[in-house]
Amino acid sequence: MSGQIWAVVQQKDGRLQRAGRETVAAAQALARELGTTAVAVVLGDGVAGAGSELAGMALAGVRVVEHSRLGAYTPGGYLAALAPLIRAGAPAYVLFAHTYQTVDYLPRLAQELDAGLLPEALGFQKVDGELRWTRPVLGGKLHAQVRTVGEGPVLVSLQSGAFPADAVQAGSAPVEQVAAALDGVDLQREVLGIESAAEGTVDLTKAEVIVGVGRGIGGQEKLGPVEELTRLLGAELAASRPVVDSGWLPRERQVGSSGQTVAPKLYLALGISGAIQHLVGMKGSGMVIAVNKDASAPIFKIATYGVVGDLHEVVPALNQALQQRAAG
Amino acid sequence: MKIAVCVKQVPDAEARLRIRGDGAWIEEEGVTFVLNETDTYAVEEALQIAERTGGEVIAFCLGPERAREAVRKVLALGAARAVFLSEPALLGGDALATGRALAAAIRAEGVDLVLTGSASTDLGFAATGSVIAGELGWPHAWLVVGVELAEDRKSVRVTREMESGMNESSRIALPAVLQVQGGINQPRYASLKGIMAAKRKEIRDVAAGDLGIDPSRLGRAGSRLETVSVALPVSGREVEWIEGDAAAVAAALVTKLEQEAKVLR
Ligand SMILES: Cc1cc2nc3c(=O)[nH]c(=O)nc-3n(C[C@H](O)[C@H](O)[C@H](O)COP(=O)(O)OP(=O)(O)OC[C@H]3O[C@@H](n4cnc5c(N)ncnc54)[C@H](O)[C@@H]3O)c2cc1C
Repeated sequence: MSGQIWAVVQQKDGRLQRAGRETVAAAQALARELGTTAVAVVLGDGVAGAGSELAGMALAGVRVVEHSRLGAYTPGGYLAALAPLIRAGAPAYVLFAHTYQTVDYLPRLAQELDAGLLPEALGFQKVDGELRWTRPVLGGKLHAQVRTVGEGPVLVSLQSGAFPADAVQAGSAPVEQVAAALDGVDLQREVLGIESAAEGTVDLTKAEVIVGVGRGIGGQEKLGPVEELTRLLGAELAASRPVVDSGWLPRERQVGSSGQTVAPKLYLALGISGAIQHLVGMKGSGMVIAVNKDASAPIFKIATYGVVGDLHEVVPALNQALQQRAAG
Repeated sequence: MKIAVCVKQVPDAEARLRIRGDGAWIEEEGVTFVLNETDTYAVEEALQIAERTGGEVIAFCLGPERAREAVRKVLALGAARAVFLSEPALLGGDALATGRALAAAIRAEGVDLVLTGSASTDLGFAATGSVIAGELGWPHAWLVVGVELAEDRKSVRVTREMESGMNESSRIALPAVLQVQGGINQPRYASLKGIMAAKRKEIRDVAAGDLGIDPSRLGRAGSRLETVSVALPVSGREVEWIEGDAAAVAAALVTKLEQEAKVLR
């Protein structure tokens, strides 16, 4: 029998979150595929609640690592808690949600354990008896099939939504408390506080219509027609990250994993390629209309309607059609 | 302060991608390669810190020969010199193998701070900087959007991006590795003078054998990941294309907005 599959489950305030359930669902699926068992690990300060939630899932075991020094996330604390556990348990794969927290410490955990590291997996399948993972490359324009080679565990982080949380199989699992030797450990980071990233307070989440602009706009001076369109539609203007990073629009208008998550009735994506970090912020929209000059842009994979063309031609024409309609 | 900045050369975001004959990667012929987006912010941050502290910036790059152009660009922007690792035995690695090699090259230089971009836009492991930190035994921070050097230069106050528009601030002891996120500054453009000066700046080529690492731990040989193939993503649902000239497209869109989305009054 191959080694076990572990799910290291992210929690917030002692409760499981969707990302955590997705990790368990993935571990259960992979254990079935490989004919082995799945174990969940949760760590933090005051996570007994998360532990008992996990106890109601079809798992071979639940390990709960409690320590007052695991209250606020630090790479040093998480490394010191997880490395000895994984070393002793020698699982074949350890699954995590691909979040800003795990991206921060997984490379170091892999390095310390001399484990493999496979970031941002979208799924797995067996090809000729061998496990292959899919992950996005080149901004999601292509998907790569990857296999792992060599000895020792592989740490895999799973892209959000890759394994639906509602696929978790219920069951009952024994819970084990695991002690972590964290006294005197260098946490590597003294957390001082958490604050909002944007200065303003534009709330995009209430908008019925959002016009999102991407790097394809080509410059701040070219925003005029898009702003006009926004007015004509009574919409809010939003932006992808490069537009904000370049200073063309303020941070408070950024949609995506680092910005706001929106679900308007209509999202117009203009010159946005559709990287996952943008999609997570708007894929819940009712209708998505994408205008992009590249027919293979990933945004078209989630769009309802697609226009392959230059936004600098389409937007003025749309403005004119809307004005005519209003006048007529 | 002596600052290392690690850079990678990647396909331009606008590049039309074709899959290579063996299916395992893209056809590089005809593709424009550029400095990785977040690396441009890391370079700017490094230059600013060096200017404030009267130090120097050394660029480190691991990549094929074509990446020498990206190295020159960093020199043109103001780095004092560069270390280039282009030997085929060093290429094709995962983040662990690549980070291992870069860390060894950086260790040999003895620097106070290492900056990298937060992620490459091609492979996107977002891990190389943290691996470098692990190899050097230094602290690190990923997704840095603010750096404030303490007066005694023994630590930095770092602002890190979190999900959903929040930032975390923390204090990190130096030396450290900081993985810089886009938007932290406004990267400068290379001046003509800078471009001319770059031609005389040193690019030191470091070979795999110089690193003091078992060759089986480097490059493709040292990688735990192997790309079997790349393909266009398959999508669950099919987009409906709206075709025609701009006026026809606009008319069709107005109908959709009016009758389906019901967002026009
Ligand atoms: C940790 C992390 C967090 C991130 N957080 C976010 C986030 O919160 N939000 C976010 O958006 N991104 C985020 N990103 C960045 C993300 O990965 C992408 O880089 C970004 O979304 C790309 O923005 P874009 O589509 O505008 O630009 P590009 O990918 O450069 O796409 C521009 C598009 O415009 C098209 N185009 C060009 N000219 C025209 C024209 N004249 N007419 C029509 N189309 C045209 C091109 O074909 C291309 O598809 C994050 C990245 C990381 C690593």
